[in-house]
Amino acid sequence: MIDKDLQKTENIAATERIRNVKTFVPRVDIYENKDALFLIADMPGVDEKSVDIELEKNLLTITGRVENGRIADATMMYAEYEIGDYERVFTLSDEIDRDKIVATVKNGVLRLELPKMEKVKPKKITISAA
Amino acid sequence: MFSPTLWRTRTLSGLLPEMLQLQREMNRLFSAVGQKAPQDYPAINIWEKDRNAIVTAELPGIDPDKLDISVTGDVLTIAATLADTPLTEGEVYLRQERATGSFKRSIQLPYQINAQAVEAKYEKGVLVITLPRAEEDQPKKIKIK
Repeated sequence: MIDKDLQKTENIAATERIRNVKTFVPRVDIYENKDALFLIADMPGVDEKSVDIELEKNLLTITGRVENGRIADATMMYAEYEIGDYERVFTLSDEIDRDKIVATVKNGVLRLELPKMEKVKPKKITISAA
Repeated sequence: MFSPTLWRTRTLSGLLPEMLQLQREMNRLFSAVGQKAPQDYPAINIWEKDRNAIVTAELPGIDPDKLDISVTGDVLTIAATLADTPLTEGEVYLRQERATGSFKRSIQLPYQINAQAVEAKYEKGVLVITLPRAEEDQPKKIKIK
């Protein structure tokens, strides 16, 4: 692992945001099996109330709002990481069954299950002996 | 005819994007010089409250039971194995960016820690450890006779 890769990556947005906070690109793992696509995103500081998943046309937007990480009555002495919102956009193919997307958040990790449409699932064709 | 001033503005405006680009490149080049050496994982922030230190770290998706926090003298050690999602039969990774493996990091504080009073909280993937100063290490008020 390269050390630099372990740090948060800041989002370079084309448009400016209204909330004056930094946004970061959540790190994701995506894997699939024959029935669904799974997306796992690291978003520390986010819970089920502050994460927003939006699907518009083919664009899946994941946003997470993080309250400012200040600790009440405490002064910051040393900082290695910054706190901010998360945003990342993915293009989905038509093969995802939009109505069946399931999202869960646990310990700052978002897990999305994107089931594939029935018609695109690979079907095994059995060959009968002639 | 065009006045010389107008003509000059025109050529400048054409060059402007290139100049800005150059400036950006230079900034990028030089800003990397002063940057800190590669950081350890996890990145930490340290706060001070009532003479106690509060260490926070972003550790998404860790099983709190597997998080190993220990204190010896003035050193705090955090160690854990990052949760790995083993793929089952028929599953294949399309993208893998999240960190895997295990880590161990020690942080030295400027005072002895009262190990009994250390409190750790893990919420929404953020670890918060409060490290009170040991009683014998508290600053003593000296009276002038």
